[in-house]
Amino acid sequence: MNPAGVDSLLQGMAGKLERRLEAEGIERPLVVGIHRGGVWVAERLLEMLALEGPLGRLDIGFYRDDFSRIGLDPEVRPSRLPLSIDDRTLILVDDVIQTGRTVRAALNALFDFGRPRRVLLAVLAERGGRELPIQPDLSGIRAELPATDRIHLQGPAPLALHIVRAHP
Amino acid sequence: MTPFGPIQRDPEGRLRHFLSIEGLDRALLTRILDLAEGFAGVGERLIKKVPLCRGHTVANLFFETSTRTRTTFELAAKRLSADVLNLNIGASATAKGETLLDTLRNLEAMQCDLFVVRHQASGTAHFLAQHSAPGVRIVNAGDGRHAHPTQAMLDMFTIRRHRGGFADLRVAIVGDILHSRVARSQIHALNVLGAREVRVVGPRTLIPTEAAAALGVRVFHDLAAGLDGVDVVIMLRLQRERMAGALLPSEREYYQRWGLTPERLAAVGEGALVMHPGPINRGVEMASEVADGPQSVILEQVRLGIAVRMAVIALLLGYDEAGP
Repeated sequence: MNPAGVDSLLQGMAGKLERRLEAEGIERPLVVGIHRGGVWVAERLLEMLALEGPLGRLDIGFYRDDFSRIGLDPEVRPSRLPLSIDDRTLILVDDVIQTGRTVRAALNALFDFGRPRRVLLAVLAERGGRELPIQPDLSGIRAELPATDRIHLQGPAPLALHIVRAHP
Repeated sequence: MTPFGPIQRDPEGRLRHFLSIEGLDRALLTRILDLAEGFAGVGERLIKKVPLCRGHTVANLFFETSTRTRTTFELAAKRLSADVLNLNIGASATAKGETLLDTLRNLEAMQCDLFVVRHQASGTAHFLAQHSAPGVRIVNAGDGRHAHPTQAMLDMFTIRRHRGGFADLRVAIVGDILHSRVARSQIHALNVLGAREVRVVGPRTLIPTEAAAALGVRVFHDLAAGLDGVDVVIMLRLQRERMAGALLPSEREYYQRWGLTPERLAAVGEGALVMHPGPINRGVEMASEVADGPQSVILEQVRLGIAVRMAVIALLLGYDEAGP
């Protein structure tokens, strides 16, 4: 999907998010992106909705559940969360949700920074294959793909979505 | 060329033991520093702990006394959620006649995964690595006069945080080079990371005559000349027992010739970093005003040591022997 396509998905997400925030009376939410694709999506949402910054950047490398099998991600970066997250509503943003394991790790990481009042999960692309009982609150697109295909978000600018097919 | 390369890394190049900087390349040292950057962020949080090494057991085997190194290794392991055993061996097993290998076998039987070893004999960590069970990791926390690689890496991390890199750096290491495992590891690390110039500065009795050729350093026997134009000054601890060995006249005379005074530091320049591996002999290696002054990063070295040791432990425990 080309940059224009991704932009319209982001517009759709921003619209859903805005309605959600208004309907539920959520003020001053904190937007937190999961490194790296989630941060790119979160940057766009923050801009489109003119939400208060700064953006939180969460690296979940230290919280992965496959550490003892595949070791440390060579790209682990320090997480940066602005101020305190205690009693704030967070919008946790990722590019793609599949198994749910990344979001599980992100939630664990978040709770080591404080106790948010509430966490909403927003993803650009939602697909099947969940291995944990975790669902997004809103998404830009829902795709059904063979389990071996991967959705890859290319960025940071412009953003483009690719489906990477496994070669037989 | 060095016996440490093959045992420290597996055929795929992954770190299995951390014994010496010798045999490691720039890519690996840089990876440790990059990881340490991530872990430094953990230390700045309210909850200074990540679950990465949950279920692993780290045993601190210290045959020689240490406060800073042992406690920072302990904190590093705890911040990774590993369980930690501290064994003050001098006071227990060896005092009853148990051999080094028996101690290792017993702790392996208790399913300890990683051993942090300090010993007065050079080569101890290497010896344990050769005889450890598959999957067990050994970290050298100082062996005799040989090496203290995590100290060197925390020094490199401190320098990189202040200077951004190593390419333009002139670094002087001052004091007892002969007996210093810290200096040896620092010199290797600075050379691997591409420092522009590494100098060793000190009295003739405390610098090995073959140092220049063997270690790739410039040797100075005059403090002012050795410090001229450097970006980083690393003062080494003077071990007081050296006086007894007739290698040095007296502490007072040492300070007069080799001590870092405010005046001598002013001559080097305001931008120069002052480092020391600790513990400091105030009024012997350096003046208190220098140790506590604005150019000193000595306490920062201690703090960053935790992040560097987390990086080393995480790298070593991150790979299952049976894994891909």
